[in-house]
Parts: sequence; structure tokens; C-alpha cells
Amino acid sequence: MAASETILSVKDLRVRFRTLDGAVEAVKGINIHVKSGETVAVVGESGSGKSQTMMAAMSLLASNGEASGAVDYRGRNLLALSKSELNKVRGRKISMIFQEPMTSLDPLYSIGNQLIEPIRRHRGLNAAEAREEALKLLRLVQIPDPERRMKSYPHEMSGGQRQRVMIAMALANDPDILIADEPTTALDVTIQAQILMLLAELQRKLGMAIVFITHDLGIVRRFADRVYVMRYGEVVEEGEAEAIFANPQHAYTKMLLAAEPTGTKAPPPPNAPVLLEGRNVEVTFKIGGGFLAGEPLLLRAVDRISIRLKRNQTIGIVGESGSGKSTLGRALLRLLPSDGVIRLGDRDISSADRQAMRPLRRELQLVFQDPFGSLSPRMTIGQVITEGLLVHEPALSGKQRDQRAVEALREVGLDPNARNRYPHEFSGGQRQRIAIARAMILKPKVVVLDEPTSALDRSVQKQIVELLRKLQADHELSYLFISHDLAVVRAMADYIIVMKQGKIVEEGPTEAIFSDPQAAYTQTLMNAAIDVTRFRLSA
Amino acid sequence: MLRYVFRRLLTAIPTLFVIVTTAFFLIRVAPGGPFNQERGLSPEIKANLDAQFGLGDPLWLQYVHYLGNLLRGNFGPSYNMPDFTVGELFAKGLPISVQLGASALILALLLGSVLGTIAALNQNKLADYSVIALATAGSTIPTFVIAPVIQLLFGLTWKLLPIGGWGDGALINKIGPVLTLALPQIAIVARLMRGSMIESLRSHHIRTARALGLSDWSVVVKHALRGAILPIVSFTGPAAAALLTGSVIVETIFSIPGVGRHFVVAALNRDYTLVMGTVVVIALFTIIFNLIVDLMYAVVDPRVRYD
Repeated sequence: MAASETILSVKDLRVRFRTLDGAVEAVKGINIHVKSGETVAVVGESGSGKSQTMMAAMSLLASNGEASGAVDYRGRNLLALSKSELNKVRGRKISMIFQEPMTSLDPLYSIGNQLIEPIRRHRGLNAAEAREEALKLLRLVQIPDPERRMKSYPHEMSGGQRQRVMIAMALANDPDILIADEPTTALDVTIQAQILMLLAELQRKLGMAIVFITHDLGIVRRFADRVYVMRYGEVVEEGEAEAIFANPQHAYTKMLLAAEPTGTKAPPPPNAPVLLEGRNVEVTFKIGGGFLAGEPLLLRAVDRISIRLKRNQTIGIVGESGSGKSTLGRALLRLLPSDGVIRLGDRDISSADRQAMRPLRRELQLVFQDPFGSLSPRMTIGQVITEGLLVHEPALSGKQRDQRAVEALREVGLDPNARNRYPHEFSGGQRQRIAIARAMILKPKVVVLDEPTSALDRSVQKQIVELLRKLQADHELSYLFISHDLAVVRAMADYIIVMKQGKIVEEGPTEAIFSDPQAAYTQTLMNAAIDVTRFRLSA
Repeated sequence: MLRYVFRRLLTAIPTLFVIVTTAFFLIRVAPGGPFNQERGLSPEIKANLDAQFGLGDPLWLQYVHYLGNLLRGNFGPSYNMPDFTVGELFAKGLPISVQLGASALILALLLGSVLGTIAALNQNKLADYSVIALATAGSTIPTFVIAPVIQLLFGLTWKLLPIGGWGDGALINKIGPVLTLALPQIAIVARLMRGSMIESLRSHHIRTARALGLSDWSVVVKHALRGAILPIVSFTGPAAAALLTGSVIVETIFSIPGVGRHFVVAALNRDYTLVMGTVVVIALFTIIFNLIVDLMYAVVDPRVRYD
């Protein structure tokens, strides 16, 4: 790569947003350069300014944002170009793919229409020629049956396929630079791996430079030649990828590298009592049907699954989206109607109605994935976490409840003085602690954790994992830990169930599953998530 | 798709039945009847009239008769305009009201969408504030103020338009009433369009279109506008039903022989058959336009499928 020329250089770039609380500086004078054909990763956690840097370079900032400094592309400052000049570079020389495959394509136009448009615009081809090009591109990104797919609409395709179409659109005019902003974050791990491999292969074929914006160090390690580490709008460290991974200099980089959750959980003693048991649990959803509309479609989301959760055990339920793992968790808590037998301790709750479940809810708590949506924005966190006490311990006085809130907040590592503040004043990690405090205040026996760390930055994830482990040790809790993230599951669970399409494909003790996966699907999952071999071995 | 239309029309039958039944008994609950005028008819004449129109029969029998006639397409005679049947009144007045209403609606959709789009593209700038001010004025000034002002300025002062009258449908006679009808609708459409366009412009696929270097025209018109139009489409259904069935205020002020007046006058006079006729017409328009709107949705948005 040494001989290649620098084609893009970001010089002293600053990005400011005017907000109601005054100007916020998201990017504080950073310098980044990209050479032809290389892969550069810009790494950072949420709020580091890594996306805004590239948005500013492409003049895609929100209307209240403004950029200063310079973004030189082959001798021209993109920030100073007129809109029509800029539109000859965007999508032609520099193109971009985004994090949200579900919403980044226009839902109202067919794939073909959307592919043809930039080709015609930038290359002046006629409709028939552009159509041929579009077909070629769909083949290039390995979309099966491209002729038919040209007529498809985005909603008729999966997330992975949509991201392939996005890549095809971005590569349509043979760009110099492809900016990929978290292109695989919203995808399942196996699809992630496919998309990354596709990008690596396309880069080998077409030779464009790739700027990878990501929070995922796994991707960086496998993909990048050079790395910029960003925090709070500044580049804190830069260098060759291998050097940074082998010998990080800045404390923040070290922290990021150490942020992968580590450790394992020992299984409970063999004579530990079974707290929650499901036998042949089945959940079926009806789709459609109704007055004059014919028979509904039946979808079996959970298909005869049996599970035994012992005291002080953590069962990790692993699977990709649509595998039925969350549905299973909800069915076991009797939050969804299901068939089969569910037992809590020695009590059969298979047919317990809402009324009968209410006193038992205290022992069965749930923590959700989304720390932003799962706390009522109109209640103080003190009210949020003590609400359950009103139901389960109505005899408590206001003062006693407040005392319990203080204890619960302290236990999850939050300042108890914060209990009169509202959820929006807290960060994602803090909110997840609040959600955990809300479950813990009732002193439950079983907690279902539904992707509790998935919406959080890695460094925060690690803290939450440690908190959950400490709470488990202190209170002999049993967890049902639902996650698609194998690294976190490995650190949390002593037993793993792998689900696919509502069925168990494999189960067993964590180390056995990780060291010797039997089912082909488990192996695919492992390879996609854990394998650290590089996709691309550049010179 | 055809099956869907058929199913919708089929479900319209019970809907209409419920509306007709409710309206029939509601109007009978109101005190008085078509022939209880203040000057007072002699009891003999009233008894004669009641007998002629079957108003002396038990209520359920009248209801059955009415339903039977309605099924044969017969709305019955108007009690207060005995020279006409309700059917004839509608045959004469409805085309006039539909012409005015449709013109006003089309004007409102076009002008409102353009104004709303301009406002959205210039959010928080002068053009935006002007459109918002105009929209606020348009939706707060009542038609019974707008209409006389138009008459005064364009009719009396500048002598550009006739002050009123239908003039056998001459274009110049329609301008005043259409403007009056359209102004509040323009305001509503502009506001709706502004909001949904702002949202549409912020969506991820617009960012994609910009990142691909597409022209502003394509980004705004082809990609943003088509998505933003959906709330306008929903609004058009009930708005069309309301506008096309006439406006009592506009028709009265501009002396236009539409059907909008019938509803109010008939209700005051307890002209049972005319009230019922108006109810049926408005209900039919509402049902049909809502169906058209739902079908339009499927045209604009490929994610909407009916089968």
C-alpha cells in the first residue's frame, strides 16, 4: 500500500450543531486521510463523532449542523463545492452505505428503478443500457435471480439482501472511495459475516478504498489496514491496525480493547432445585384472517421447547432475529399464551390467568433490550423502580419504599440521590441499570434478560455484564439470558440453548458448545462471531 | 384487488342500512312533523296530507315502506316542495355542488401541496413562516366572512366577478364560490403537507438519495414527495365527501342552487324524505371516497396490498 497516493484528506474538520441548549461541537478539529485502495477504520463508541465526520465530508449533515475545515478529494475541497459540483462527486467518486438497511432504500420504488437512477445520472446511459448495468451489479453483489429482483420492492427483501442492494447502488459508478457507516450493525451475525466477505471481495475486484465507520473492533481487526480511534469528537490514536491491536498507546484504546466481556460462569451444583421449567412449550401466532378474508396463516414461533432453569443458573438462549428466543422468554413468564407445561417451582402455571399470575410476578422479572423505550418518560426513576412494590408489598410506607429505592439504586451502582430525576437525563447504560434496579427491588428468583446489553456500547456492556454477575452471586438469582451476541453469552451463561426457526438446534454446557459445536448452524454462528482470521490480507 | 373492492362494497350494505335506520328514527324523535307549520293547517287538511304520505301509519310500517322504496331507488316526494321528488331535487342540484366541490378540492390539493412543500424545503425561513401565516389565516377565518369579502372586492369594487348566481354554470360565476370553498382546504392541505414533507425529507432513504448525488429535483419530487403524499391522500377521502355534497353557507351567500342547502332547510322543516335522501347521498359519497382513498394508497405505496 505504500506506493499509493492520498486521495481523501480531512483537515482540521469541525462539526457544530445548533441546538436549543446552544451550539454543540460534535467533531473538534480532526485530521484523517485515506489512500487509494486501502481500508481505513474510524472506530469509536456512540457520540464519538465518527459518523458525523463522514456525514460532513459528504455534506449530509442535518440542517442544524455546519462543518468547517477542509475535506480534500483529489485536490478539491468538498466543503467548498457548489451543490451541482458536489453531486458529480457524491455517488460517483465517493459513495456511502449506511447502518439501516431496512430504511435506507426508498420503500416506494422497485430495486431496479433505484439502481438505474444513479447510473443514468452519472454516466448518461440510456434506460436499456442502465438496466443491463443494474443487472450486472445485482449479480456482482450476489443477489439470486436478479432479473426478478429488479422488480422487487425493498420490503420484499431481507435486511441482508437490502444491504447488498445498497452496496450495489454505492458501487454502481465504480467509485474511488466507499464509506461504510456501520454497514453490518443491524444485521444478524451470519449475515454480517457474508456482507463483510462480500465487501472484501468487491474491494479486491474493484480496488476502491473503504472507510469503515464502526464500533465493532472485531470488524476492524479483520478488515482494516489503518485505524483512527475517536472519542468525544477527537482522534485519540491512529496507526496501522496490527500495531494498534498489538500495542495500543492511548488509555481509551486500551480500554476499548479490554472491553470484550471476559470470564465464565460455573454451573450450579447438580442438586440445585429447578425453579422454572417448560415442557414442550409451543407458541403459535395467527396472521391475517378475519371477516370474509379467509383462513389465517399459522406461524409456530416456538416449537415444542423444553427447558429447566435451576437456582443460580444462567441459561443463554442464542439465535438470530426471528428464531423465537424472545417469544420463548415471554411465554415462560406467561406474558404470551402458549401450549405445553410451564412450572414455577412445584406449581403448574401453564393455565394461570393474569389474576393468578400477579402474586407470582414478583419472583419472575424481565429486563428489556431497549433502555430508551422501556422506562416511562413521565415518571421519576424513583417512581419507576418502586412501582412494583405498590403491587407486591402494599403494606410498605412511602418512606420504606424510598429506602428500598435507595438500596436498589446503590446496588446497581447508581447515585441514590438521582431518584428524583427523569429517565431522559440518563445515558443508555445508566438507564439499563435503572431497569435492572426495577427488577431487583422485588427480590425476584428468576430474571429474564432479553438482549439487555445489545443497545449499549462495548465498554458499557462489560460493566452491565459484571453488574448482572455480581447480583446473581449476591442473591442466587437464575437468569434466562436471551442474546444474539455470543461473546456476551459466553461470559454470562453456564448453559446454552441455540435456537433457529422456533426449534432448539443444539444445547449443552457453555464450554462444550463453544469448544465443540455439533450442529452445522451453531458452527456457522461461531465462525461468524468468534473467528478472527482476516478477510483481507493486504500487502 | 377486484375481490377486495367487491368485499368493501359488500360491507357497505350493512353500513348504509345502519345509517339509514338510525337517521330515520332520529329525525322522527325530533318534535313536530312536515305539516306542523306555525300558521297551522286545519285539522282536516293535515289529516288528509298525513294520510296521503302515510304519516298516520305506525312508525315501523313507515320505516318498512321507506326501506322498500329506497331499495327500488325511490327517495319519495319532498314534503315541503311538493312539485319535486327528492330524486329530482338531487338530479338538479347535485351536479352543481359536485362541480364546485370538485374544483375546490383539486385547487386545494394542488395549491396546498405546493405551498406545503415550499414551506418544508425552507423550514424556519421566511417562505415557511409566510405559508404558516397564510394557513393559519385560511383555517381560522370562517367562510361566511371570506365569501362576502370576495363579493365585496371582486364583485362590487372591482366588478371582475358576478356577485352571485349560478349563471347556468358560466365559469365566471364559479370563481367566487370555488375560492371560498377552497381557501380553508388549501390551509389544511398546506399544513399537512409541510409536516409530512419535513418528516419525509429527514428519512434515511432521502439521505441515501443525496449520498448518491441525485439531483435536488429527483430527491424532492421523486423520492420525498411521493412518500409525503400519503397523509394528503387520507385527508382527501372525507374532504371530498364533505365538499362534493355542497356547502349551505357558500350556496346561500352566492345564491347557488346546489344541494348543500337542502340538508339544513329540510331538517328545519322536518322534510323527512329530503333529510333521509341527503343522509343517504352523503353516506354513499363517504363510503365511495374512502374506498377510492384506500385503493389510491395501494397505487402510491407498494407495501399496501389488498388480497
